Amino acid sequence: MTDATLSNVPDRVKPSSEALLSKPTGRGPRDNAQVIRWILLFLGGVLMVMPIAYMISTSLKWPHEVYNVNLIPEEPTLDNYVYVLEDGRFYGWFVNSIIIATLTTISNLFFDSLVGYTLCKFRFPGRTLVFIAILSTLMIPTEMLVIPWYLMSQQFGWLDSYWGIMFPGLMTAFGVFLMKQFFESVPDDFLEAARIDGLNEFQIWWEVAMPLVRPALAALAIFVFLGNWTAFLWPLIVTNSVEMYTLPVGLSGFGDEADVAWELIMTGAAISTIPTLIVFLIFQRFIIRGVVMAGLKG
Amino acid sequence: MADLALRSLTKAYGQTEVLHGIDLTVADGEFVVLVGPSGCGKSTTLRLIAGLEDVTAGAIEIGGRDVARLEPKQRDIAMVFQNYAIYPHMSVRKNIAFGLRSSNLPKADKARRVDEVAELLGMTPLLDRKPNQLSGGQRQRVAIGRAMVRDPKVFLFDEPLSNLDAQLRTQMRLEIKKLHQRVGTTIVFVTHDQVEAMTLADRIVIMKDGHIRQVGTPSEVYRSPADTFVARFIGAPSMNLIEGHAVSGTVTLASGGTMPLARGKGDVLLGVRPDDLHPVDGPALIEGRVTVQEPLGPDTLIYVETRAGEIIAKADARTPPAVGSTVRLGAAPEDVHLFDRESGLAVA
Repeated sequence: MTDATLSNVPDRVKPSSEALLSKPTGRGPRDNAQVIRWILLFLGGVLMVMPIAYMISTSLKWPHEVYNVNLIPEEPTLDNYVYVLEDGRFYGWFVNSIIIATLTTISNLFFDSLVGYTLCKFRFPGRTLVFIAILSTLMIPTEMLVIPWYLMSQQFGWLDSYWGIMFPGLMTAFGVFLMKQFFESVPDDFLEAARIDGLNEFQIWWEVAMPLVRPALAALAIFVFLGNWTAFLWPLIVTNSVEMYTLPVGLSGFGDEADVAWELIMTGAAISTIPTLIVFLIFQRFIIRGVVMAGLKG
Repeated sequence: MADLALRSLTKAYGQTEVLHGIDLTVADGEFVVLVGPSGCGKSTTLRLIAGLEDVTAGAIEIGGRDVARLEPKQRDIAMVFQNYAIYPHMSVRKNIAFGLRSSNLPKADKARRVDEVAELLGMTPLLDRKPNQLSGGQRQRVAIGRAMVRDPKVFLFDEPLSNLDAQLRTQMRLEIKKLHQRVGTTIVFVTHDQVEAMTLADRIVIMKDGHIRQVGTPSEVYRSPADTFVARFIGAPSMNLIEGHAVSGTVTLASGGTMPLARGKGDVLLGVRPDDLHPVDGPALIEGRVTVQEPLGPDTLIYVETRAGEIIAKADARTPPAVGSTVRLGAAPEDVHLFDRESGLAVA
């Protein structure tokens, strides 16, 4: 650390000059392991951050500089942002993505938790079979499903519509599984107490069980929102008109057939990360605050 | 308030019958405790009364109305759970008010009821707290408050004190007893702790293997146990049972001693509570070597190795027989219980 950089650091966290000058003595195997851990974590961090750094870097470059691997643009510019934000299509795609990701998230939170709760807390013939059937759909890759989805959309007239884009993801096997596992941790006493207090089964689920699994709902909301926000293959297939494109589909089409405008794609991508960051910031506090056990024996 | 009657109440899970035709009547305002070892069916009985389990056969009458096939909410009962089951996302006020969720009372009346109950339980200053800001005893009070606010015909308690520490348990036991004396609602209370049962109950119901073994006041079940199971289950330490043979007014113990008793015939078990068995100088019931002393303060329990096995007796704490010494133990004839050895039933 140089003096120049140290001058910006508050006094209480500055290492003393003695500490900086003194050589470490008697470094043991535990210290070495610690150093290796730090190096590995640093490398992992770099791997995670680099694509984002390059995305932002490219969004600040002129077209002729896009294929240079330098992280700091030689002539940084905000022209790409101005261009993208002034392009009317971008707003349309942005709104489409917001509508689709939001509605799909709400649908998943409702139906996945309803099904997960039912499979977890009710005993009925075929319960295990239903659960296995739902889980088994996780093993079918999306690429195999797009053809039946497309044929279905065609038959029902859902092509090039919000409904057509959303319907395959309105409920997910992963969400059902996640919610079922979380409902396992909700003690039956809560539900039985509510039953005695006069609530019907739907009210018990909504008013008692759902607030107890808020962390799981928050996690599911983040997963589903991100999944739909970044979904590419199915929206590409089911939409025909440029107006119905979602953000990833629309962004991929920036430029022309001869030349892909990476600087514009990266600019759109950088802007499109903002809603996902907001969703994460809203829901992460619910994940951290696990309260299920608070009402039980202390 | 109402009386409660169980008539030939039977519960089976598949082919396994766990309750075998329970008959029990609980008078209006009575405090009845169901007690027994794990798996005896006491909690199942309570859950059947609550409507949380389906009845296989029989009837449950509350205030003369058969509720066995009704939903829990239609039975006008309230239940306090072992784990309290108060909702962590709601304040104390909302938790208590939740009991009135399906009531048709005007909002102001509901609020007044909540305040009354909170006052009664000493919870008024804590009404706006969340459960995670309460101690175990306070949480239990909230659970009781939620049950009380509905003014049910019958209160059901499912081992509500078993998660509390010993001191708090004693305190809450007293509070529940006082509360019952004040509100006078019919209570069915389940516990596996016989001390809890003895101290709380107007009548105790002792259960084993899905059957009722005895119903009686705490004094009755302690003084006149119906069989050897009740005799050993009620009272701590357990009653000593010594094999013997009764012939023409005298019981001769297999270990040697005799006792003049004008009842019983043939092979019997002679039961004496440790409280009633003391070291004596004169004619003894049994004798043996002291192996362990347990000072209790006013008395000392002594464990005596005899020809009939280990016997527990009570000695004066000031002059307890030394460990290793031989001691002669005796009891007054009126403190001695006699059971048929084969059936285990008390001999009148």
